[in-house]
Amino acid sequence: MSSSTALPQHDFAAAPISLRRRFLDNLATGSAIAAVILVLAPLVAIFGYLIYKGIGALNWDFLTQIPKPPGETGGGMSNAIAGSAYILLLASILGVPIGIGAGIYLAEYGRNKFGDIIRFTADVLNGVPSIVIGIVAYGIVVIRQGHFSALAGGAALAMMMIPTITRTTEEMLLLVPNVVKEAAYGLGVSRWRTTLSITLRTATSGVITGVMLAFARVAGETAPLLFTAFGNTYWNWKINEPTAALSLQVFTYATSPYDDWHRQAWAGALMLIVLIVLSVTAVRIAAGRTMK
Amino acid sequence: MGVGIQVEKLNAFFGKTQALQDINISVLANHCTAVIGPSGCGKSTFVRCLNRMHETVPEAKATGRVRIGEMDVYNGSSATHIRRRIGMVFQKPNPFPTMSIYDNVAAGLKLNGFRDRKRTDEIVERSLTYAALFHEVKDTMHKKSGASLSGGQQQRLCIARAVAVEPQVLLMDEPCSALDPISTGKIEELIFQLKEKFTIVIVTHNMQQASRVAEFTGFFLLGKLIEFDKTEKIFTNPSDKRTEDYITGRFG
Amino acid sequence: MRSRFHQELDELRARLLRMGGLAEQAVDRACQAYIDRDLKRCHMVLEGETQINLVEREIDEMSFDLLAMQQPMAVDLRFILAVSKINADLERVGDQAVNIAERVMDMVELPKVDLPVDIPRMATAVSAMVRRALESFIEGKAELAQAVLEMDNVVDRMKNDAFITLVKAMNERPDITRQALDALLIARNLERVADHATNIAEDVIFWVRGADVRHNAPQPEEPPQPSV
Repeated sequence: MSSSTALPQHDFAAAPISLRRRFLDNLATGSAIAAVILVLAPLVAIFGYLIYKGIGALNWDFLTQIPKPPGETGGGMSNAIAGSAYILLLASILGVPIGIGAGIYLAEYGRNKFGDIIRFTADVLNGVPSIVIGIVAYGIVVIRQGHFSALAGGAALAMMMIPTITRTTEEMLLLVPNVVKEAAYGLGVSRWRTTLSITLRTATSGVITGVMLAFARVAGETAPLLFTAFGNTYWNWKINEPTAALSLQVFTYATSPYDDWHRQAWAGALMLIVLIVLSVTAVRIAAGRTMK
Repeated sequence: MGVGIQVEKLNAFFGKTQALQDINISVLANHCTAVIGPSGCGKSTFVRCLNRMHETVPEAKATGRVRIGEMDVYNGSSATHIRRRIGMVFQKPNPFPTMSIYDNVAAGLKLNGFRDRKRTDEIVERSLTYAALFHEVKDTMHKKSGASLSGGQQQRLCIARAVAVEPQVLLMDEPCSALDPISTGKIEELIFQLKEKFTIVIVTHNMQQASRVAEFTGFFLLGKLIEFDKTEKIFTNPSDKRTEDYITGRFG
Repeated sequence: MRSRFHQELDELRARLLRMGGLAEQAVDRACQAYIDRDLKRCHMVLEGETQINLVEREIDEMSFDLLAMQQPMAVDLRFILAVSKINADLERVGDQAVNIAERVMDMVELPKVDLPVDIPRMATAVSAMVRRALESFIEGKAELAQAVLEMDNVVDRMKNDAFITLVKAMNERPDITRQALDALLIARNLERVADHATNIAEDVIFWVRGADVRHNAPQPEEPPQPSV
């Protein structure tokens, strides 16, 4: 096409980058790196300190034995480790389906006032202090049953998982491009089937991330378990009985007057972190293998 | 075999906006009919009304009568049921990203409850052959994901997926607009062969494509069907001045 | 929208009109040379032939380029095809004018005789046909072109009459055979010019109406249409 206006002659490509701009560029890069270090440093420090303090008490006894009576040395947290796993399993069974289901509802059918209300509620629930959740679980489950239980603990943790899972699931489902859903509709696939088999399946990776996020968050919670699972010095696999949990045990041991228990508390804290990291990694690997 | 399509007094709305006005058209079985017109003329809306995909947009509505063969699209079965008899290929190739090539082609069967594994294998192979894709993917179709193919191959995969459920009619909404000329050429060749089994309606804004593949052409403008005739007539001596102005580039 | 393309169509039209002018002029000159027994005019016709051939080539090239590069449709396509064919017909008209001029050059060397044939009248009619055919192109009016088709019959009859009378004259007076033969050939050349003018008119009708009226073809039965 004809160029009727002559552009001023200026060769932008050949202009040198001024000293000031280069300085600012380096400053920005440097600040970013510094920020990363600042963020990672506490993480590394915590982990390092835990290993330093806890590795001594982390032995076979610790992993296999139940706590000894106060004052006696030795014993371990095997029941607490198992108990945590048990309670988290219950929490997942309760929380994950409800959370994903709510997320699906919000993404597919919740583009309206009612959906906004649910979203708002979920966000508020996310911010509720964990001890308040614990008290609510106490009122709903413990009082009605008449005793502490793993179920109550699972319920409390589930209540904390649900908002996170719901919101992430919704976001991930909304990220699935419309054209993929249209392809399914075009084939005569019903709406619910499309949502489950196509949309959810496409968003699986993101949904799992959401679940893992929620899981990692509640795995180390102590307050909600204080008056729901309550803790136990013995093995327990019954759903309606008080159950030990790693976080509770660490709390009890750390606030006790016994040195041996203090050392075991450090080991317990280390154990907690290690178990969380391991479980998240395991799920990632398992999920990764089913994807192409 | 393909069937004819009769459309009577089709009106389509998006909320209060009318997108199509009193469309009457008769599409001949086992022929390819092109729908052309400038942007916003309603050609995509028209085609999407044929298989009720128009309804997936909130606040969208359509009135009138559409008969595809013996099937009454609007006064009979549910939209889902209708869409199983009508195949659709979209503008941007959209294979299911989490599924393999094989699973993509079989998706229409599997997701609708078809369980016979052996027959599925046969159908997948036949559909991929129909789409001129089988030889390129036959060794990797179980392992490679649908999204790992090139653009032209992906679109042929979508065609295979659409024909696997043996529809009577194939709707194509600008199927080549995202593709390079060679892939476009392959798909146009495909349309010639697909005509033997299906009735094809193709939306295109490329007039040369319409003149290459379609026996009949309909010209839409501002939601109305201005002219519908044999393609040669439309492109050599159209009856309506608006049609002529559009195809000679005097507007649009 | 496609203004560059439409400008080129205008340019093509202008060139064809120029071609038409040159051809018309050649025929008129040749006929005037016959009436005046003017050798100089004959030479002008022969020299003009080069120019006509040059313009013919230009028009052909331009038409070809437009077809290849612009993908014209409908009326534009018909227009370019019509221009192409009219171009060829006009070049033949130029050739016929040269033939007439050559016959005149031969006749001038022979003694003047009175022949029972009215070449000037035939020339006038033929010239009118060519002019009207070109007018129908300029105006884009099929009715004008239709009139040209009807005039062709008149010219044909004139040529047949000329044949009969000149052959009779050659039989009765063998000494004027050569002049008679020259006149006969000129009559035939003029009749061919009329044919070309008819072709031009048919091409104009094709362009304007999209109807092929060549060789008096009946319009084809329209095949059953899908109802709109």
